[in-house]
Amino acid sequence: MNELVHLSGVTKSYDRQAALLDVNLDLQPGRIVGLLGPNGAGKTTLIKLLNGLLQPDAGVVEIDGTAPGVYTKSIVSYLPDRTYLAEWMKVGQVLDLFQDFYADFDRARAEAMCENLHIAPNMSIKTMSKGTLEKMQLVLVMSRQAKLYLLDEPIAGVDPAARDYIMDTILSNYNPEGTVLISTHLIADVERVLDEAVFLQEGRIVLYDTVDNIREREGISVDELFRAMFRMI
Amino acid sequence: MEWKLSSDRPIWLQLKEELTRRIVTGQYPMGSRFPTVRELAAEAGVNPNTMQRALSELEKDGLVESNRTAGRLVTSDARQIEEVRGQLAAQLMEEFCRGMERLGYTAAQAQQKLKEENPYE
Repeated sequence: MNELVHLSGVTKSYDRQAALLDVNLDLQPGRIVGLLGPNGAGKTTLIKLLNGLLQPDAGVVEIDGTAPGVYTKSIVSYLPDRTYLAEWMKVGQVLDLFQDFYADFDRARAEAMCENLHIAPNMSIKTMSKGTLEKMQLVLVMSRQAKLYLLDEPIAGVDPAARDYIMDTILSNYNPEGTVLISTHLIADVERVLDEAVFLQEGRIVLYDTVDNIREREGISVDELFRAMFRMI
Repeated sequence: MEWKLSSDRPIWLQLKEELTRRIVTGQYPMGSRFPTVRELAAEAGVNPNTMQRALSELEKDGLVESNRTAGRLVTSDARQIEEVRGQLAAQLMEEFCRGMERLGYTAAQAQQKLKEENPYE
């Protein structure tokens, strides 16, 4: 088995509400994959199953041939969809924390990116704007030489210029042997950096193909296809 | 920004077209070192795998040569470049003719109009 990510028959419910239903998905290394779907489709649930924050009710979840655990956490770099950094911390302390936690954290790279963004080491998390905080968190995640990057809504809630910066940062920093899984509903902004797209709808995978295959077959962009498929009647 | 990507066609194809244009117009001179996949992907803001595919297609067309030690080079074969340039010109003329046809001009009328109006002026 060479798949970096292997999901088979994965089902997850909250109370009796199903969030994922019989999901099968294999991802190869070296790809940038969009996890696309409307709100409530199960994107965050899928990502949390991959990083071990949630356990499936049924089915198999494997990363690099191993169930989520201590080993997979050392090769998975995760950007949550909300802030998790303590407000009282300063940038330098956050970098210390990451250096302590992750053997694959490249501190020099993180410092260089912070400098580019004019984020000083003595700046405190509390005083950051929403956009700066999002960028800071992305810098931390992309400074790891991980095998799998799980980015949950990295561009939601920031302005278009910041989105471009974030996508460029992902492109120029990801480990080329690693895979990047980006969940978003802002497809137009990420489409040109994706190899593949996974469409989630009501907890099921309804489409999984390369972006160029989709464009070739449908004659429209992935963004336009998404809008057509999920148009409210 | 020269990398204008439209939404209705595969991205690799559009990348290949832009790179081809740069070769036949001499922006990337004959026999010169071709930029790396990573450089081009960063410049265009696209996935490196997609750019890689565009470069493979250029190699198939004989416009770019892969060299084990020097990386990729623009071909030194002037005839090959001229041939591709001719194909692009043929495409443009074809588009012009189709457009004039849709406007209701016959071939003879279209040629007459081109002579009269002489858009080169």
